[in-house]
Amino acid sequence: MNLFANFLGRLSWSAFPTSPITVAAIIGTGLAIVALFILITYLKRWRWLWREWLSTTNHKKIGVMYLMVALLMLLRGGADAAMLRVQQATSVGASHGVMSSNMFQQVFSAHGTIMIFFAGMGLMFAIINLILPLQIGARDVAFPFMNATSFWLFAAGAILINLSLAVGSFSTAGWLSYPPLSELRYSPGVGVDYWIWSLQIAGIGSLLSGINFLVTILKLRATGMTLMKMPMFVWSVLGTMVLVAFAFPILTATLTLLALDRTLGMHFFSAGGGGNAMMYVNLIWAWGHPEVYILVLPAFGIFSEVVATFSRKRLFGYASMVGAIWAIVILSFGVWLHHFFTMGAGANVNSVFGIATMLIAIPTGVKIFNWLFTMYHGRIHFGSHMIWFMGFVFLFTIGGVAGVLMAVPPIDFQVHNSLFLVAHFHTMIVSGVLFGYFAGITYWFPKIFGFKLNERLGRYAAYCWITGFILAFFPLYILGLMGATRRLDHYSAALGWQPLFIVAGIGVAVIGLAIGLQILQVIVSIFTRNWNRDLSGDPWNGRTLEWSIPSPAPFYNFAVEPVVHERDAFWGMKQRGEKLQSVEYKPIHVVRNTSAAMIIAAFALSFGFAMIWHIWWLAAISILSLITTIIVRTTSPNNERIVSVAEIEKIEADLAARRQYA
Amino acid sequence: MSEPTSEMQAMEHIGRVADRQESDSKVMFGFWVYLMTDCVLFASLFAAYAVLHNNTFGGPSAHQLFSLPYALTETLILLTSSFTCGLGILAAHRRIKQQVYTWLGVTFVLGATFLTLELTEFSRFIHNGNTWQRSGFLSSFFTLVGTHGLHITIGLLWLFVMLIRIKQGGLGRDTVRKLTLLSLFWHFLDVVWIFIFTIVYLLGGISV
Repeated sequence: MNLFANFLGRLSWSAFPTSPITVAAIIGTGLAIVALFILITYLKRWRWLWREWLSTTNHKKIGVMYLMVALLMLLRGGADAAMLRVQQATSVGASHGVMSSNMFQQVFSAHGTIMIFFAGMGLMFAIINLILPLQIGARDVAFPFMNATSFWLFAAGAILINLSLAVGSFSTAGWLSYPPLSELRYSPGVGVDYWIWSLQIAGIGSLLSGINFLVTILKLRATGMTLMKMPMFVWSVLGTMVLVAFAFPILTATLTLLALDRTLGMHFFSAGGGGNAMMYVNLIWAWGHPEVYILVLPAFGIFSEVVATFSRKRLFGYASMVGAIWAIVILSFGVWLHHFFTMGAGANVNSVFGIATMLIAIPTGVKIFNWLFTMYHGRIHFGSHMIWFMGFVFLFTIGGVAGVLMAVPPIDFQVHNSLFLVAHFHTMIVSGVLFGYFAGITYWFPKIFGFKLNERLGRYAAYCWITGFILAFFPLYILGLMGATRRLDHYSAALGWQPLFIVAGIGVAVIGLAIGLQILQVIVSIFTRNWNRDLSGDPWNGRTLEWSIPSPAPFYNFAVEPVVHERDAFWGMKQRGEKLQSVEYKPIHVVRNTSAAMIIAAFALSFGFAMIWHIWWLAAISILSLITTIIVRTTSPNNERIVSVAEIEKIEADLAARRQYA
Repeated sequence: MSEPTSEMQAMEHIGRVADRQESDSKVMFGFWVYLMTDCVLFASLFAAYAVLHNNTFGGPSAHQLFSLPYALTETLILLTSSFTCGLGILAAHRRIKQQVYTWLGVTFVLGATFLTLELTEFSRFIHNGNTWQRSGFLSSFFTLVGTHGLHITIGLLWLFVMLIRIKQGGLGRDTVRKLTLLSLFWHFLDVVWIFIFTIVYLLGGISV
């Protein structure tokens, strides 16, 4: 009887939302999904979808799927951002804006969580998956099946966090869920549990990816590609994956401890019972600060490639660039306390962390100057890639200066938790991370899809992004210095803040226009693809190995494994007039398509859902099924197949014929 | 006619061996990296224990709770299981199936005994009202030691699967490689336990 009463745990009809905005959003999303299903059925594309995409273990296809999910999440997080801006522009004096306080809290918590974990991490793993194996001359990543599992866990986390819109509600405790607010006593609903389990599932996926790419870079490089001959993007990813391997287990542990507090009544971070809330803050930032560099280092790598290619010059200061990456990797683990100088650790401790924080500006400055010196005396092709880069240099330097300012503890005490801080980290993340990935997508788009993006619309979008960003965030620096705190859903009219908030709102509208232009850019590019095809495989006169193979690359990437003699390997081959292609093919091992990765993630998803709603029988079944799936997969033979020489010859002949046709 | 064919076969054989070696070193390195990430996970839990171990909140302290002889017994059993696991791997490399079976069987029994002792200790604490809800100290104790126990459980499950595999398929190259990974995992858990024994039991037992 008791068992039956608890059959669905905390889940009941009251979990479903009644607010008209939310209901409309859910119905809209539901209809979109139904329409998509009908469309696929109508076009008879289910089998194709399964065989070519959902069951794939190929890094390029996994990369495209990461890209799709990440861009969707970017739109979701962007919609949240727009709502926040509308609220703050209108909620003054007698008016209380468009949202209740509770909803406002959910929206800013969701905005931060989604942007960092699902948009940022998703874009990062998308680009790494798409390009990294090509740059090192590899046929796939070290563990293709694990790679597919990583992606599906990431997707499961994304589904779970969006499920909170329709079933229950999301966390109101901010993007990092500080206790004691995130403890059961103060957040009794399911919101924080949604936060915990969606991040836990996606985070384990990221950790597996970290291991995977670390092994890929260190074990699968082409013959002759010593470490100091690797492209700079590969170096930056290597640094990033070391950070992932060291930082993400801390996140896994911290989320577990918070879940134990909330689910089993433990006292790690609780206000009573011998818990210590500041321990959570220390732990989460021991992961969180490296996480910032996890997002930005690959973007630095992308800029290194873009600037060198479009300046027609070798990257300036290669060795110093490598040194800067490793300085950042090491220092990033020694600065976490600057996120809470106000904890009261004392002057000495704060000084150490303050100085360590300022030190990070040195390797970052080295990188900025190296890029600028690469451009100096170069033949710069000033396309949309370089516009993203120039926007980045300008904004990132301003944001960095603001960061060094806040590294001074007494100043930090003044601006702690103010909009000045919000403006600072958005400057770093939007210009550093987002602009970097946009530049990367524009740069590698022809390699991935076989045709270039529309350049004119790309430029318009980049200019709108930069203008919109300045309008949206520079007022926040001023507001922060005027005393506006973050996460403010209402303020007094007498403060005189509203005009600046309205300017910020206009800025977000301009960014909205930029995103609209980007969507238009993709649509126009698809429709005009026959005029923009990349038949040469090397549309930008590139320098690295990925440009030596056709666009899009065949599933095995390199028909013949390349041999590398220098940095910028492909550039050297072109200068010497070498032909990479030879006719001596050898059979290639590839991992077969599999449904196991998706099944594992599906069980992880149902496990997470069960843990959120306390449906214990479902949790038990899910975890047992998950383990069984892993055992079956790891003990089954015949997970690989061999591509015969005849098959390679046929594919390569087709590709060559297409090139001739050009 | 036959000569080039055999030469090609030989070449292909060399290629396959090189492929296998590359794939072996890839898997071994990947597993080492995984173990290091697990190490960071345990480090976080040790840090939490270090912060909370005096937060008894009026409940029992480590000194009142732990029995050193009991913990020593657990330690000796686990250390012995690591030794027998090592013997099993040596036999596996020499492809002596019966010995592999015996030593890994002994390892399984010892591991299961260790787990039983750990769970018995847990249930004794809980029976006396000293649950993980009692204090921050006990929360961190149950979590740190419990996470180790969870790893041991996974190790036992893995061992069980491998025993079945050996019974069905013998000691193929792939199986021996997996056994090597398993033994790495088992030794790693041994090392973690040494830290638990020292930091949790020994230091807890001697401090008042």
